Amino acid sequence: MSATPSTAFEIAAAVRAGSVRAIDVLEAHLGRIAARETDIHAFNLVTADEARAAATRIDDLVAAGRDPGPLAGVPIALKDNMCTRGVPTTCSSRILEGWKPPYDATVVSRLAAMGAVSVGKTNLDEFAMGSSTENSAFGVTLNPRDTSRVAGGSSGGSAAAVAAAFAPVSLGSDTGGSIRQPAALCGVVGVKPTYGTVSRYGLVAFASSLDQIGPFSADVRDSALILESISGHDPLDSTSIPQGPLDLVSVLDHDVKGMRIGRITDMPEGADPDVLGRLEAAFDALRAAGATIVDVELPSLKYGLTAYYLIAPAEASSNLARYDGVRYGRRVDAVDTNSMYMATRAAGFGDEVKRRIMLGTYALSAGYYDAYYGKALKVRRLISDDFARAYATADVLLTPTSPIPAFKVGEKADDPLSMYLCDIYTIPTNLAGHPAMSVPFGESRDGLPIGVQVMASTLGEQPMFKVASALERHMNSSGGRS
Amino acid sequence: MSPAEIVVAPNDGSYLIDGYELVCGLEVHVELATATKLFSASANRFGDEPNTHIDPVTLGLPGALPVLNRHAVELAMRIGLALNCTVQPSTFHRKNYFYPDMPKAYQISQYDQPINVDGWLELPGGKRIGVERAHLEEDTGKSTHVGGTGGRIHGSDHSLIDFNRAGVPLVEIVGRPDIASPDEAKQYVTELRQILVAVGASDAKMEEGSMRCDANVSVRKPGAPLGTRCEIKNVNSVRSLGRAIEYEARRQIALIEAGESIRQETRHWDETDGRTHTLRTKEDADDYRYFLEPDLVPLDPGTEWIEAVRAALPMLPRERRLRLSRATGAPADGEAVMVVVERGQDDYVLAVAESGADVARALVHVKEAYAEQGARPSVPAADLARMIVMETSGKLTSTQAKTVLAELVANGGGDAEVIAAAKGFEAMDVSALEAIVDDAIAAQPDAWAKYCAGEEKAMGALVGAIMKASKGKADGKAVTALLQSKRG
Amino acid sequence: MPDTPSERISAAAVAKVARLARLDVSDDEINRMTGQLAGMLEHFADIDSLDLSDVAPMTQPYPLTNVFREDVVAPSLDRDEVLANAPAAEDGRFRVPPIIGLDG
Repeated sequence: MSATPSTAFEIAAAVRAGSVRAIDVLEAHLGRIAARETDIHAFNLVTADEARAAATRIDDLVAAGRDPGPLAGVPIALKDNMCTRGVPTTCSSRILEGWKPPYDATVVSRLAAMGAVSVGKTNLDEFAMGSSTENSAFGVTLNPRDTSRVAGGSSGGSAAAVAAAFAPVSLGSDTGGSIRQPAALCGVVGVKPTYGTVSRYGLVAFASSLDQIGPFSADVRDSALILESISGHDPLDSTSIPQGPLDLVSVLDHDVKGMRIGRITDMPEGADPDVLGRLEAAFDALRAAGATIVDVELPSLKYGLTAYYLIAPAEASSNLARYDGVRYGRRVDAVDTNSMYMATRAAGFGDEVKRRIMLGTYALSAGYYDAYYGKALKVRRLISDDFARAYATADVLLTPTSPIPAFKVGEKADDPLSMYLCDIYTIPTNLAGHPAMSVPFGESRDGLPIGVQVMASTLGEQPMFKVASALERHMNSSGGRS
Repeated sequence: MSPAEIVVAPNDGSYLIDGYELVCGLEVHVELATATKLFSASANRFGDEPNTHIDPVTLGLPGALPVLNRHAVELAMRIGLALNCTVQPSTFHRKNYFYPDMPKAYQISQYDQPINVDGWLELPGGKRIGVERAHLEEDTGKSTHVGGTGGRIHGSDHSLIDFNRAGVPLVEIVGRPDIASPDEAKQYVTELRQILVAVGASDAKMEEGSMRCDANVSVRKPGAPLGTRCEIKNVNSVRSLGRAIEYEARRQIALIEAGESIRQETRHWDETDGRTHTLRTKEDADDYRYFLEPDLVPLDPGTEWIEAVRAALPMLPRERRLRLSRATGAPADGEAVMVVVERGQDDYVLAVAESGADVARALVHVKEAYAEQGARPSVPAADLARMIVMETSGKLTSTQAKTVLAELVANGGGDAEVIAAAKGFEAMDVSALEAIVDDAIAAQPDAWAKYCAGEEKAMGALVGAIMKASKGKADGKAVTALLQSKRG
Repeated sequence: MPDTPSERISAAAVAKVARLARLDVSDDEINRMTGQLAGMLEHFADIDSLDLSDVAPMTQPYPLTNVFREDVVAPSLDRDEVLANAPAAEDGRFRVPPIIGLDG
């Protein structure tokens, strides 16, 4: 038997060809989980038995001469806010502890149908609200590159799982940067696709008009492969764009000659100099590869944080109202239903979730709607219009993914606002519904990973992946030294 | 409260209690006759085992997403068009509130852009009641209160929730406050019900809750500004609606007369004591935090679809009543026409007339023979027509006609002549009848003398003898007429 | 719009919002939340000065209309599986404490 392949692309090819068994691939990954998971805490739950059964089924299919699908035998980790039938789905919240969904999310059933093997449910900030995975009710996820530091968030578990090679690929969800920011902090690739590209059916909602599922992987090609697999219209999601799967892997080798790369001249300030240095290096690399750098202005971008922190909590306050102790999850008993609601929700939700429910409820409440939520929706339009103008002259835009590399555990725990600022560069694309991805592009002076964000217009995944692939080729050819 | 004098002015139908006008607007919720729920694919069925029509959307499970039922939209459009509304582009909002039978803790409903706006419903007498809007929304689950008395919330030990009804499509028809009497309210609901059934939008059964009616009631002195209104809930029949509105109006008048003010509140109609009771006050105004439902997209049916729905609408009750009235000469808002159209038997009456029968007789017979609501007449129109021809040509008395019709209905049709013959019904020749009458007068000279002296009762003995002699074949009316003519 | 953080939201308003959101919070928590929310609202005051009178609100990132499903029944979830997840169930239904105190 040959050595275990490491990328999803190679694993699927080898398993389909019968040169490697899915069960061996799985055991290699479970072995790494067993060795390091206690130090990282990427998972809320490792479903080893179910994974072994699934891998064996894949091998049986191959042995029977049948094709298990394009993701044959690929281990994948799922953020614990995606419904998995019969397997606990907690959103890292006490209020959903013990809940076993009676149905699978669309992405979960699509991956299974393509031969992927789920290895478990990854940790997150409770209900995906946070940028460090410190808001999990079940403990923080640590950064595999430096375990004194956070993995980012909210999809910190999924980013760490890939960074620690617990799985070659994982899924996260991104509402304001929850895939891209932890990808940057953990040194992996993370993609937020165009809103409506990947079905949200079975993704536990945080903010419905912003949420989107996307992949993490060690390289750009694996993210392209996974995104191709999970994208495409789903009749169970009314906001799903009626089109087929994205075509991405085929464009990765295209060069970027002649592409217009936008530099935002009025980009919000406050980024770490090392981060800005890597962004400049990225512009240089693309220029050297034949792309043109063009300046664009997005004057409304600076209002993105405000718009986001009014819109997302408003939607969340409504989405999270269903956790009332009646049909599922936790209940704190009381003498009447209203007292039961109050006690259940007080005990079941953590501080950050409560804070956002309060903020969102306030922003929607009588007398304040126009001043807050209504106004935020108009700012959202301004930002979207700014992007439209920018994309008239640029094919993609480049920014830092996160203003800072991975920070120490506890460093921002007492200052919600400084935590919110971690998403300053990622939030605008969610507001506009555009795709964006983070590509590892070197390190800080302290040896911490730094990511560059490639943003594109609606359904601009192809140019986005072309540029991301070019940046990756540059890093590979320069041995990680720009 | 002492009974107040009710004055109904003869001409304009205005209705006053103790000099106060009633101002009433109705909000009617109807469950649509779809196969599935408004936003998910589990069955829309009444009366099954609890929690057997549930799915992730119905239960508000984490991650579930709504997708709009196309047929529910079509039925909502039928309702709107039948109520003379404009069908327009619309959106869905979330109405946020906590209640255990509301699974997501928000109801998806249409808010500032409803599908149907600005229509009206015409009462049988011709008065138009405005319809402000008729919008789509989802129903709630059902709570059963256990322990305590009479299944009420207060004093119950706990409650049990069944979500079969949750997510069932509703159209809420918001009427303008154009209703001026309990009777108009009853007419409005009765007419609306018929329209809903006619267009196939709902079975509209108030008793089963597939049609639910809330009444906004206020009173004022004629010409005065609108009074404070109260909303009356839990009205479960057309009759209760009239009672509840009248009770509420009198309650408000008594308060005003006593110098007290009316509190704006929601009140609950109690069928057993015939009163309304405070359910909740509006002091702490509801804050539903409406916002556009981000999981759904806008709805824009477009001209083509709207016109197709309009073109496919069946003839509505009002038009059917006019048609039947024109054909029979009976008044359109008279009992016979109203009843027959409400039962949906008007086409049948016209078919009987087509087969050669007198249409007015057909109307009377159909109204009386098929008393059950909505009963499909079982007798072929031609069979009934033949019977009516016998009757109008004097071959059957009206009494005999009824007997033959009963037999036709029992058998689901048949030859009226054969039935009449089997019953021994023969056309009584006028000269034969006259001979029997003369024999009876001769046999009872005392009775005849008293009858001639003006003692009408004396006729009874004569008629009895005549009927006996004719073996029941004589037509009572003809006998009376003969006796009268002989008396001179 | 008030100018200082403490004026942006009062403790009474925070308490009312907590009731609306069905969160049982202590007086201490109300005070702490009031400070935090006021700080955030102060930060979010950057959009106060924008003239947005001619700007249409944006609610959906990707414009779609008329998304339907056909009116075809799919099987129900299994009641036992669903009720097994419920905190309390009885007679095939979800059980809750007496339903009172829900208004306001």
